[in-house]
Amino acid sequence: MQVPAPFEYERATSVDHAIGLLERLGDEARLVAGGHSLIPMMKLRLTDLEYLIDINDLHDELGYVRMGTDEVRIGAMTRHRELLESAELAALFPIFADAEAVIADPVVRNRGTIGGSLCQADPSEDLSAVCTTLDASCVIQGSGGQRVVSMEDFHHGPYETAVGHDEMLIEIRIPVRSGGSSAYAKVERRAGDWAVTSVGSAVWMDGPVITAARVGLAAVGPNTTGIPAISEAMRGQVPSEELYARAGAIAAESCSPTTDNRGTADYKRHLADELTRRTLRRAVERITAGLEGDAATTHSNTNDSDGRA
Amino acid sequence: MTITQDTQETQQPREDHDHVDNDHKPMGHGRMLRKEDPRFIRGLGQYCDDIQLTGMLHLAILRSPVAHARITSIDISAAQAHPKVRLVVTGAMLAEKGLAWMPTLSNDVQAVLATDKVRFQGQEVAFVVAEDRYAARDALELIDVDYEELTPVVDVRKALAPDAPVIRDDLEGKTDNHCFDWETGDKDATEAVFASADVVVTQDIVYPRVHPAPMETCGAVADFDRVSGKLTLWSTTQAPHAHRTLYAIVAGIPEHKIRVISPDIGGGFGNKVPIYPGYVCAIVGSLLTGKPVKWMEDRSENLVSTGFARDYVMRGEIAATKEGRILAIRTNVLADHGAFNGVASPVKYPAGFFGVFTGSYDIEAAYCHMTAVYTNKAPGGVAYACSFRITEAVYLVERLVDCLAYDLEMDPALLRRKNFIQPEQFPYTTKTGWVYDSGEYERALDLTLEIAGYDELRREQAEKRARGELMGIGVAFFTEAVGAGPRKDMDILGLGMADGCELRVHPTGKAVVRLSVQSQGQGHETTFAQIVAEEIGIPPEDIDVVHGDTDNTPFGLGTYGSRSTPVSGAAAALVARKVRDKARIIASGMLEVSVADLDWEKGSFHVKGDPGRSVTIQDIAMRAHGAGDLPEGVEGGLEAQICYNPDNLTYPFGAYLCVVDIDPGTAVVKVRRFVAVDDCGTRINPMIIEGQVHGGLTDGVGMALMEMISFDEDGTCLSSSFMDYLIPTALEVPHWETGHTVTPSPHHPIGAKGVGESATVGSPPAIVNAVIDALKPYGIRHADMPLTPSRVWDAMRGHATPPI
Repeated sequence: MQVPAPFEYERATSVDHAIGLLERLGDEARLVAGGHSLIPMMKLRLTDLEYLIDINDLHDELGYVRMGTDEVRIGAMTRHRELLESAELAALFPIFADAEAVIADPVVRNRGTIGGSLCQADPSEDLSAVCTTLDASCVIQGSGGQRVVSMEDFHHGPYETAVGHDEMLIEIRIPVRSGGSSAYAKVERRAGDWAVTSVGSAVWMDGPVITAARVGLAAVGPNTTGIPAISEAMRGQVPSEELYARAGAIAAESCSPTTDNRGTADYKRHLADELTRRTLRRAVERITAGLEGDAATTHSNTNDSDGRA
Repeated sequence: MTITQDTQETQQPREDHDHVDNDHKPMGHGRMLRKEDPRFIRGLGQYCDDIQLTGMLHLAILRSPVAHARITSIDISAAQAHPKVRLVVTGAMLAEKGLAWMPTLSNDVQAVLATDKVRFQGQEVAFVVAEDRYAARDALELIDVDYEELTPVVDVRKALAPDAPVIRDDLEGKTDNHCFDWETGDKDATEAVFASADVVVTQDIVYPRVHPAPMETCGAVADFDRVSGKLTLWSTTQAPHAHRTLYAIVAGIPEHKIRVISPDIGGGFGNKVPIYPGYVCAIVGSLLTGKPVKWMEDRSENLVSTGFARDYVMRGEIAATKEGRILAIRTNVLADHGAFNGVASPVKYPAGFFGVFTGSYDIEAAYCHMTAVYTNKAPGGVAYACSFRITEAVYLVERLVDCLAYDLEMDPALLRRKNFIQPEQFPYTTKTGWVYDSGEYERALDLTLEIAGYDELRREQAEKRARGELMGIGVAFFTEAVGAGPRKDMDILGLGMADGCELRVHPTGKAVVRLSVQSQGQGHETTFAQIVAEEIGIPPEDIDVVHGDTDNTPFGLGTYGSRSTPVSGAAAALVARKVRDKARIIASGMLEVSVADLDWEKGSFHVKGDPGRSVTIQDIAMRAHGAGDLPEGVEGGLEAQICYNPDNLTYPFGAYLCVVDIDPGTAVVKVRRFVAVDDCGTRINPMIIEGQVHGGLTDGVGMALMEMISFDEDGTCLSSSFMDYLIPTALEVPHWETGHTVTPSPHHPIGAKGVGESATVGSPPAIVNAVIDALKPYGIRHADMPLTPSRVWDAMRGHATPPI
């Protein structure tokens, strides 16, 4: 049994309470949400903290997926499992169900949260890539109020984010635009392992023409921009294998993987290319299938079975 | 006695997957649920960490953060000042008591706590005994050790370089990192065959370092009674009796004053054969504090410091005629034994049973030369479900045969069939001196091919290849050698490998059988009750199986190398027959006929020709303990004890076939199907056999595709958690398709052979052969494990590299 060093424990009852505790306890206090990153680090004695502020009681306040017409708001305490099981989210952004199905295992997904994932900012973490792909923004709250930052501004580097020591991430906002779909693909050595490489793609179309596209990568170096070069290359184009290949090549060039036990840098770069092609193709297929579905059923733009594939 | 090979009668073409009807338990061999499961599935097993004793203290070990360094100073004062700390011990303090070093099972020595140098990352440097396990860990951080770092020897190929730092300068006169050289077979005869062969295939093959990684890590609770002078040690050991004797020799405590209890064990796989420094530390902790002391290592400690397996760098050569007749096999092996030679094998076998690398084939000559070296890595070389290095041997020969098939453009299944040892050749003496007891290889292979639908698979593969899809079919055949001794050939530090067994029938006809071996999950409490039931006709549920406690069981060498059924299983059958022989005499008195006029029908004796005149074993047991007359010269009671010394090992075998699909874009390997036909002779409980096979096959998927203990250039272990050391899950393995043939062992009393490790031995080459077969369009003949997506992708691009 691995046992952590001594620490004090507080249980927050509201966001304001949690922020108040952070302010009072200072730098040596850390929030714990699902705990699937922080607790192992504590047990391995890889992290040094004096106070643990448990925010699991904030699930009532911050555990939600709210579908709006302009944006979708996801509370920071929403658990992986809730994201995986949200039919509405899957219909609009199938990338979530794709990604959540390959994040860790059911035990972790029952407990881990989107806010925890983003704040941990592990370079191999999948939801950061998903949020990047969807051009999400993050709502950070401190005692002085709220601020909203883009993923690019949120992510400062491996394990570092824009969230100050007396602030907390409370919500993720994803813009809704019509005519879009998305997909996620991950190569891992084994179910539940961190990604060797993951790629998320989102595409928006007007008729046969791509109006916008974004790609988010995980585990191949910092990447929170959505890869503008891909967006540029695809905008105004008609989908084709050549176009996917061009986007894949850009993805491979745009990343900076390193060689480790999960794979060589060359292989990861290859995967960035391969998975970019696959996810773009899949996203476009979903848009096409969705249009066909609309024509056939005349109701709503949802396509559950596809979204959950 | 000899059981003739009545193969027609015993052959069963398919596994019977009948449900177990536990209301109708077999009176002996057959499918029945395990007696131990009610406590395991309720979470009521009693493992080492469940032991709670009054006043018990907790021990934690400080480990070296570096692979090779001289210890210049250790300051324990701050740790000693911790309010909850009772004891802090360093290597220097142990040295004063002569306990700083202990013998390994391979006649080497290993530091209990480092005195002069640390020789691998994770080596034991000091220990703390405290009031709780948190305080013990906290106090470790208060110990201040100064290390003068030395260049580590990490690359096994450079360990013998003239400028390599000498790791084992504790050994007098040691000037290099040479551990031992070993050879087997006939070098000259092999060379002659190779010189005149049509075809010679040479292949470099690495079997990387892997770890048994049992679910329960290692640990102990030591309780020394200062009044009686008796030490009771609960420990995670696969060999309680051997450990007790070694503690007596090392620690100087008289053997009768040591009781080793091996409670429920959460998996061993060879990891729990050696004596680890932690056990000795727990004993020292209890001796010095006078309190019970518990030590349980955590997962990282288990992966970083306890016995690893494999780590062989092999060059294999195979010679054949152009028609595919295999003539000779030769290999040169470089073996990494880590910082101390901790191999757990019979002492006359420094390379374990690697000598069976000639496999299942009738060849003319064979030769192996092995050089073992020290490196700055964890010590070991334990059997990880490999029957003492047979995993490595089978992997070598089965890869070589596939390489030969590749070069000759022959079907690998046909090539194997062409070269099998034939049934009439048994007992068959191999070119390296092993006497295979019985086998009918072609029958097993044919059954595998039939279950798999081999021809259809090859057709499917051809179609897929034409479409650019990557599908592979891998075949592997293995012969195992399990059940060590005999004692004249095999011993552990002088303790002969023979097993005692004791059976006592109580007055009401219930019984207790006492075993020397210890189960780590193999279901001994069921299997051994069934073995006895079959012989004596007392239902398995009426037979209590006692094991894992040296005060309550006869001496024996323990459970590893699949030896429980071959050795202790034979002992259980024979002791039951001994009791039955006595019961027959008592029955003759009860029925007033001569023993020759009695017939045994499982559970009772009756008068020949008059089945109505009978007495049951229960009647006899009551008579044996009762007040009535017994035949002249017969003592009361109904019990016996024996020690079984096997004539030979048993040689189970099997034919495995694996089907994989590889995504050409990502190089991800998916094991689609796996067919395993095992022949372990007489099958005692088919359900338990299948469970063992399923576990071993899963192990094989792990080793073939993902498992490896790796190190960086500083000698830091990169596989110190289950995030980094991957074990396969249910999602990585297919539905196992099992089948069996039955070729009894001629020398085993009930014809049984071991099976616990067969699947671990046989599955890695089947999987790797399948992956390589899938990659045939790329012109690839070999790629080393672990075949992770990245490594497969390298191979597809012609850049297959060894993992070390």
